[in-house]
Amino acid sequence: MATETTAHPVEQAVSWGGGVSPFGVSWQKLMMWIFVLSDAFIFGSFLVSYATTRTSIGTWVDTGKVFALHIAGAEIPLLLIAIMTFILVSSSGTMALAVANAYERKKRETIRYLMLTMFLGLTFVGCQVYEWTHLIVDYGVRPWWNPFGPPQFGAYFFTLTGFHGLHVLSGVVYLGVIARQVARGVYDRRGSYANVEIAGLYWHFVDLVWVFIFTMFYLF
Amino acid sequence: MATQPTAATVHQEPTSFWRRYIFSMDHKVIAIQYMITAGLMGIIGLVMSWLMRMPLTWPGESIPIAAKIFPGLFEGGVLRPDAYLAMMTMHGTLMVFFFLTAILLGGFGNLLIPLQCGARDMAFPFVNMLSYWVFLLSCLIMLASLFVTGGAAAAGWTAYPPLSAVAAAVPGSGLGQTLWLIAMAVFIVSSVMGGLNYITTVLNLRTQGMSMMRLPLTVWALFVAAIIGLLAFPALFAGAVLLLLDRHLGTSFYLDHIVVGGQHLAREGGNPLLWQHLFWFLGHPEVYILILPPMGIVSEIIANNARKPIFAYRAMVYSIIAIGFLSFIVWGHHMFVSGMNIWLSAAFTLTTLIIAVPSAVKTFNWLGTLWRGKLRFPTPMLFAIGFVSTFVTGGLTGIFLGNPTIDIQLHDTYFVVAHFHIVMATSAVFGVFAGVYYWFPKMFGRLMSERLGKLHFWLTFLGMYGIFFPMHYLGFMGMPRRYYGFGLLQYLAPDTQAIQLFITISAFITGAAQLLFLYNLVWSLWRGKRAEANPWQANTLEWQAPSPPPHGNWGEHMPVVYRWAYDYSVPGASQDFIPQTVPLEQEPTGEHRRAAVAAPELSGNGEAHRNGG
Repeated sequence: MATETTAHPVEQAVSWGGGVSPFGVSWQKLMMWIFVLSDAFIFGSFLVSYATTRTSIGTWVDTGKVFALHIAGAEIPLLLIAIMTFILVSSSGTMALAVANAYERKKRETIRYLMLTMFLGLTFVGCQVYEWTHLIVDYGVRPWWNPFGPPQFGAYFFTLTGFHGLHVLSGVVYLGVIARQVARGVYDRRGSYANVEIAGLYWHFVDLVWVFIFTMFYLF
Repeated sequence: MATQPTAATVHQEPTSFWRRYIFSMDHKVIAIQYMITAGLMGIIGLVMSWLMRMPLTWPGESIPIAAKIFPGLFEGGVLRPDAYLAMMTMHGTLMVFFFLTAILLGGFGNLLIPLQCGARDMAFPFVNMLSYWVFLLSCLIMLASLFVTGGAAAAGWTAYPPLSAVAAAVPGSGLGQTLWLIAMAVFIVSSVMGGLNYITTVLNLRTQGMSMMRLPLTVWALFVAAIIGLLAFPALFAGAVLLLLDRHLGTSFYLDHIVVGGQHLAREGGNPLLWQHLFWFLGHPEVYILILPPMGIVSEIIANNARKPIFAYRAMVYSIIAIGFLSFIVWGHHMFVSGMNIWLSAAFTLTTLIIAVPSAVKTFNWLGTLWRGKLRFPTPMLFAIGFVSTFVTGGLTGIFLGNPTIDIQLHDTYFVVAHFHIVMATSAVFGVFAGVYYWFPKMFGRLMSERLGKLHFWLTFLGMYGIFFPMHYLGFMGMPRRYYGFGLLQYLAPDTQAIQLFITISAFITGAAQLLFLYNLVWSLWRGKRAEANPWQANTLEWQAPSPPPHGNWGEHMPVVYRWAYDYSVPGASQDFIPQTVPLEQEPTGEHRRAAVAAPELSGNGEAHRNGG
């Protein structure tokens, strides 16, 4: 093992040359990026399966009608989904604020925005619960049958939104753990709030996946 | 993610037995745990293959000894047809995932990545430990499926629906298939946890001076294999979730107008081809997960024992990357007869033939490394050369099968069985053996017996060809794979039975030869010759640490790397190997374009990792 102490002429610090992290990314953050990539392939597989099934069946369901809300006698297509999307996208905004405050080591503000993000996430899941209940109880939608069209509509509806909803729910738990760490001053002692940002990566990813589900499943 | 930024370098050496050897976070202990567990799964898979050979060789004949040992599988001394299908399915599953994937990525990946990169441990040791325990759980679920009503899954390791989707299809389509799917999903979770660590460690925890282009080829191969696993396994995970829903929630993702036992199931609109696409999107990259790490191991051992730099290091790295990329766009060649647009077939044929190019580049580079080397022939070298031989044999038939015109004729015959067993069961397994013989002294501080090792090699090498080479002929004759009995196939020539007998005898002898290996392992653990730190006169970092390396690998100071891993027989050097830690002022180097690589920048205490959040 080389343990010499003689100074070397430093030609050039190459970030890929070993001893330092390329691009100065911590391993934690890198690991979350790689995890997100892997998870994206799971969602990708589900969405591609959905797309091929839907195109090969030919007929599908008028999602505008199925997911319409009736307010004062008027039928407003996709209203609930629009609200849900708005909520989730807003939660990405509050998450970004939490990260920004974390970098300034503002403990209270960080916790406040994390809690707000969790609240929005839970609201989103709550809307989803309402949506599922509505479809199951009022319309009789089942994984194997629905009144609107091919049975695969219900099957993919439950699979896609269910799998995504689980991600949101785990994200809320994850943010809860992080908020608790912030509150206990763990990151102050460590001198780094980086874990808030890493949790943010996950949250933004789950949000981004929703954009794809929204576009491919509801809008099309 | 709530760990210290430099957890890899600071986690304390545990003192209690449980934390040290059982719930250990040390990558070397985890590697050995993976190897032992995977090895046991491999032995179970081997016994299953013996059971499968029985009805093929002696159709309808009673085999009292086997029936006595496995009473649940035999009826009247004969292996039952449903038990045959279960053995076939479980043999493939155990060997591909629970033996080879686990021992290569979990075993060698864990052992070599931190040691050869010059890290103290994996990036996230806790998740690394978790990866092993989740893997063990998946093993237990998979093994439990052997004992449930109806027996283990019987739809083949590819688990094609509707066989795997309808519980009433065959006896093994019941609880056994459900457990199979759950075990696979759990296995995937474990492999993702492992893969995150392998990739992150290679990217972020290399020691000073260890640039990417100075990494040993083992690390490159494991790195790319880990990336493949991380991106390919999700497709199977999604596929398995959909299949579980088809089985238990009444959905029809894969089912369309199925009639089982005269009954028309109320399932329509699904498509069984969807599963095939999802499965093979994993399934084909998977075989490169199994062949890349042995390629890396073999490159290392051949360079070391030819006492020459690996021929065309850069071409080796680029071909590993090329194989990794191309492996994702060839999966359709498994589905030429499943119904596919003919233009799509043509595209998959093209990519399949292209992937043979980097594979051939690697083969020629191994030959180029051997050419005029000062060859030594210890056991690891024999297995490494055996790898090259069988990889050529098995690889060439892959080019045959990549062409639809030939594949449509040979699909699902023993020709295919011969092809993938020569690359997977022989080449990949030879890579494993080569690696175990080579790194055993590093793991346990003792050398394995050379005499037993050489005997093991020759019996295995000849035996493997004895088993799998005749299968090509069976395939040409039109003998289908996965069939329990051939009595009604009148077109088969009568002498096929003699070939079957020859194969079976070879299989029993080769299998028994593995007892030599097991005996050698156990004997060498206690009686083997004590190994010094660097018994093979090798250059890579792990040989600069004591055998076995202590917790944290490097003692007080991190190693610093000044050269690539292949400075063997450099003209003008004082000896025929120069470890990577020897400064350039002391010894010359054969590394090309070294000006492009900066000299390592030394920090005060020699600690390399400055990657806090």
